[in-house]
Amino acid sequence: MTVLLLAEVSEGALAIDAVAKTVSAVKSLGDVHVLVAGKGGDEAAATAATLDGVTKVLFAPDHALCHGMAEPTAALIVSLAGDYSHIAAPSTAFAKSVMPRAAAMLDVMVISEVIGVVDADTFERPIYAGNAIQTVKSSDATKVMTVRTATFDAVGTGGSAPVEEVALSDTAGLSEWVEDKVAASDRPDLTSAGVVVSGGRGVGSEEDFALIEKLADKLGAAVGASRAAVDSGYAPNDWQVGQTGKVVAPDLYVAVGISGAIQHLAGMKDSKIIVAINKDEEAPIFQVADYGLVADLFTAVPELIEKI
Amino acid sequence: MKVLVPVKRVIDYNVKVRVKADGTGVDLANVKMSMNPFDEIAVEEAIRLKEAGTATEVVAVSIGVKQSQETLRTALAMGADRAILIVAADDVHNDIEPLAVAKLLKAVIDEEQPGLVLAGKQAIDNDMNATGQMLSALLGWSQATFASEIKVEGDSAVVTREVDGGLQTIKVKMPAIVTVDLRLNEPRYASLPNIMKAKKKPLDEKTAADYDVDVTPRLAIVKTTEPATRKAGEMVGSVDELVSKLKEAGAV
Repeated sequence: MTVLLLAEVSEGALAIDAVAKTVSAVKSLGDVHVLVAGKGGDEAAATAATLDGVTKVLFAPDHALCHGMAEPTAALIVSLAGDYSHIAAPSTAFAKSVMPRAAAMLDVMVISEVIGVVDADTFERPIYAGNAIQTVKSSDATKVMTVRTATFDAVGTGGSAPVEEVALSDTAGLSEWVEDKVAASDRPDLTSAGVVVSGGRGVGSEEDFALIEKLADKLGAAVGASRAAVDSGYAPNDWQVGQTGKVVAPDLYVAVGISGAIQHLAGMKDSKIIVAINKDEEAPIFQVADYGLVADLFTAVPELIEKI
Repeated sequence: MKVLVPVKRVIDYNVKVRVKADGTGVDLANVKMSMNPFDEIAVEEAIRLKEAGTATEVVAVSIGVKQSQETLRTALAMGADRAILIVAADDVHNDIEPLAVAKLLKAVIDEEQPGLVLAGKQAIDNDMNATGQMLSALLGWSQATFASEIKVEGDSAVVTREVDGGLQTIKVKMPAIVTVDLRLNEPRYASLPNIMKAKKKPLDEKTAADYDVDVTPRLAIVKTTEPATRKAGEMVGSVDELVSKLKEAGAV
């Protein structure tokens, strides 16, 4: 059995953390071939070739595959699918667009957000915002899945798999890219950061969110937010941690002014150490926190920034 | 232009989910059911397109148990013009997989010929995030997922998408499938007069067999379990104590 793994590439660079964790999730299933799609991905392909467990890298240097356009990427996957028992990808916004499309073209179901590989046909995945875990057994010939990377440890590097070019034949031109507005930031990427500081509705305003950012910068952390904070306009949507946002599992997660709604907990409960600061001692976040501090965040956070 | 909106009846998002003791699934007997929140956003956007004169008709479609007609009545009360119910399950615990739903929707679309399909990005029960993309594949149409802004310009739609790290804008050829994210709009509440009027709007009832689609699941459910719970740790009395605990644990 061989697994085709669709790589996440951003600005020509491999999202190495996400890809290395996905390799780790699927390597028990057989050889892993990584597919790097898009012109200018040479460096990403070379990086993918160094990941332990990767036996081949397929590189499709076609311009139509740039910017993660779903239609040509799905067509490329389908053209390669015959050689593979499993097709997997880290569950990023890109893969979530592409993989179900590819699955339908192959007349198979997609298995989204896999958190456990039981055997070649059987997988675990969260449902109902993480309130239940379902084990499913697929009867499809090809298993197409996305992997929730936070659950897995990244494989190491040191390999040197061959890189082979593949061509995209289908370019129907259904969609065209207009622009990307990626927030420029010196902070680490939210999903792979070692430390995450998140703010919730308790922060109270967009201006006061600067306090959360200041603590994050002191800790070299990424900034997150609860859905309540995002819905209230305090923080941008791509900071959202939770079932409807990003799922993170850093070494340290600091939740400030976050009550701990189940949908938020689903996005961070695999963190190694959780710190909660909230003035409401009844807040459910304290039930999952390793260290809880009942305090007004506007006095506790500045003090923490000073003393840490 | 006709806009088609698939809507799903799911457990109300405020209801606490309970896993059945025998591990066969989540208990849905006698719990409050509502329209999937992302689908409400899709219905709202379709109605706004009609109010703006871009859309001429809004058709809501639901697939599942017979009671899904309540969900369709909600869509009609919000402002959809008519509804189609495809009864494909006789028990609420029998969830129809996105692939089968996409095949049924394709059959409806072949008849209805809409210019745009607006769908929720995912259902909050199975959290698959797949139906829109699968439907788009089966139709060979363009797709734009996770939309936070939609502008129809002639025979294409300019869609801003919520992606990792920011926003992406793409231009898709119509007919197209657009799946919607939370921040696209705030759905309206249906007024009482509109709820009354919705009762008289047309609602066609079909079955999966009418469209000759096999809805047998591809993924057999082996078991459903409660997630592992995390133990509560300790409460600290001050920032100083917190800092020393974190230093002890090697976290900072």
